[in-house]
Amino acid sequence: MSSDYEFSDEEVDNVFDDDDMDMQDQDSDADSGMDILDDFKPTTTTTRKAYDLPYESLTQSAVEALMAADVEHIRGIFGVDASTASLLLRHLNWNKEKLIEKYMDGASAMLVAAGVTMPEPEPAPSTTSTRGAGAIRRPTRKTKQASPAPTSKKDDGAFVCPICFDDTPGLTALALDCGHGACGACWGAYVRAKIRDEGEHACRCMAEGCALVAPDVFIKDVLLASSEDDAMGEDGEGAATYVRFQELLVRHFVACTNHLKFCPHPGCTNTVSCPGAAGRSVLTTIVPTVSCGVRGVVSSISTSSTIAPSPAPATVAGGKKPISRTNSMSASQELARGKEHKFCFGCPIDSDHRPVVCGVAALWLKKCRDDSETANWIKSNTKECAKCMSTIEKNGGCNHMTCKKCKHEFCWVCMGPWSEHGTAWYSCNRYDEKGGIDARDSQSKSRASLERYLHYYNRWANHEQSAKLALDLFSKTEKKMEEMQVTSALTWIEVGVQFMKKAVEEVDKCRMTLKWTYAMAYYLAKGNQKDLFEDNQRDLEKAVEDLSELLESPIEPENIPTLRQKVTDKTVYVQKRNTIVLEDTADGFLEDRWSWNVSVDGFDAPEE
Amino acid sequence: MALKRINKELIDLGRDPPSSCSAGPTGDNMFQWQATIMGPGESPYAGGVFFLSISFPVDYPFKPPKVSFTTKIYHPNINANGSICLDILRDQWSPALTISKVLLSICSMLTDPNPDDPLVPDIAHLYKTDRTRYEATAREWTRKYAM
Repeated sequence: MSSDYEFSDEEVDNVFDDDDMDMQDQDSDADSGMDILDDFKPTTTTTRKAYDLPYESLTQSAVEALMAADVEHIRGIFGVDASTASLLLRHLNWNKEKLIEKYMDGASAMLVAAGVTMPEPEPAPSTTSTRGAGAIRRPTRKTKQASPAPTSKKDDGAFVCPICFDDTPGLTALALDCGHGACGACWGAYVRAKIRDEGEHACRCMAEGCALVAPDVFIKDVLLASSEDDAMGEDGEGAATYVRFQELLVRHFVACTNHLKFCPHPGCTNTVSCPGAAGRSVLTTIVPTVSCGVRGVVSSISTSSTIAPSPAPATVAGGKKPISRTNSMSASQELARGKEHKFCFGCPIDSDHRPVVCGVAALWLKKCRDDSETANWIKSNTKECAKCMSTIEKNGGCNHMTCKKCKHEFCWVCMGPWSEHGTAWYSCNRYDEKGGIDARDSQSKSRASLERYLHYYNRWANHEQSAKLALDLFSKTEKKMEEMQVTSALTWIEVGVQFMKKAVEEVDKCRMTLKWTYAMAYYLAKGNQKDLFEDNQRDLEKAVEDLSELLESPIEPENIPTLRQKVTDKTVYVQKRNTIVLEDTADGFLEDRWSWNVSVDGFDAPEE
Repeated sequence: MALKRINKELIDLGRDPPSSCSAGPTGDNMFQWQATIMGPGESPYAGGVFFLSISFPVDYPFKPPKVSFTTKIYHPNINANGSICLDILRDQWSPALTISKVLLSICSMLTDPNPDDPLVPDIAHLYKTDRTRYEATAREWTRKYAM
């Protein structure tokens, strides 16, 4: 992580230094921005499937470059300095068109609203591009950084900070353009509280009712100064807060931009750009699964921010010597930990939910979360004892029930006390004909819908479970194969676990697809299309199960070559089946072929 | 930093007390205060004495103090727990505000409730539709709980 930040800091500095150099030349600025983008083009440039959307992964610094480009654009049009342009953009949530329109309507009103300038009693300064915003504002420009500009108050006696009432002689006041002075320590504590605790990137002046927003340079100066001389502050706390501030700015920009989304994996700071999935309306026809390009757990403790994508276990030629893998992780750990950060661009699900579209996936997850199904089960399988209200599940054929708890004896059919039935009854004479049919109907209906749900749910959950177990199995297999390699006469290459790794990876991927096909099938309306869908699903499932079975077959040195052949063949086949399912479903969405048995946002209502 | 500032506010309150309000620490803990507000003359709360509890966060004044009524009061912006819906106690807080200013704001809120941003919708509704009944109830509560 840390290395990542260093890198991004450097980028930011570059961007802002350019501002200081001013109009040096905008083209080169834009170019450098483009270069950064080019570097982060997705690495997977292999042939794109119909169900894959084009997207690119951006690091934080790349997003910062995008922000800088927007700021530069506005700066060029309005002729204001970069900090003003940036505050204006943030105020209008980075909506450039709206900003330009509103700014043209009334520049001074916009500047006041964005917290750039004070509301003035007299007509605001002209909007011409020569407005020297930079000169008026920024009392703490870099040149003055060492001794921040004191406010006028200091001249008529010692300055007393109105916030903490510190009156130490020689205390200097810091203020924005409004002149509301406060001591550096207060500014530092205030800005830290805003950024750290409130996650706020717009820090207004501390004075009551003053709407001026502290520009980035001011925040940077205050934070870096406070970490230097604030005895209470830990070392580097100010710097860390400044890093957080930059992160907040990026998050705000990403949140405001339709075609960007932050990677939801914990600790990951990457962003994905996917213009193809920018609107909500497209989500009924596509499933925008994207990956931020990073693999594995991004932990703040680990020194490297990313786990390199599978360092192929060296193809060292010859030699029985086991390859030292002390540095890199074993392949199984790599599989478990080094999972790609895949997530859906269109909804909050942080995994690949292909082939089913966001709306249906959300419905399914909600259904699984709801306790309603448990209640449903209880309702259709149990009755309550008329006396003590204990829930009772009938476990035998006899209708003469005796409550285990209170020993109440009753008839399961009519729920009346058994004593009224006499001894000879099996069919209950108190059973109301009409009411009985209704009751049976409603109970069997409820049971059928429950069974249907459980059918899909069990398969859905099973695929997830199986995928996990496959990973466990693989780690065992891997160990065994490594042992074998030491004891047998085979070389590393002959034993090579790569084919197994690939197969397990493929099984994992396909099980995820299968998992979601069950969610889709649950909601698909009956008909030809559903039959075809389930045919494809069955084919994929069969292939996956075959491959899974192969992976579990006993491994002996002599059968490795044949096993490898079989596994490799099957892997290719499974891959093909998976592509077919994904592609056909994706095409179906594009052709509006699927219809649902419930109403789903953006689709036609189900036929009765 | 917080303690120095709280002490200064206490001294200022003693030197220049705001009309109809008072405030001070309840015990040795300077971060826990009690305040009283006299019901403004031109409001249905006239004649009542309302107690409030104030607790200062450790990072005061960068975070707002927690202020709540301990006396029951019938008001659209104050609920049964005594919680107060006042912008300067939440997102509009500024480190330049003081307890004295906060108490004065609460006073003016008693005179002029803000029914468009209510904490208790029922009272706000009554305030907007049947002012006399609202005032009668508020007076009744004041007599019952604050005198």
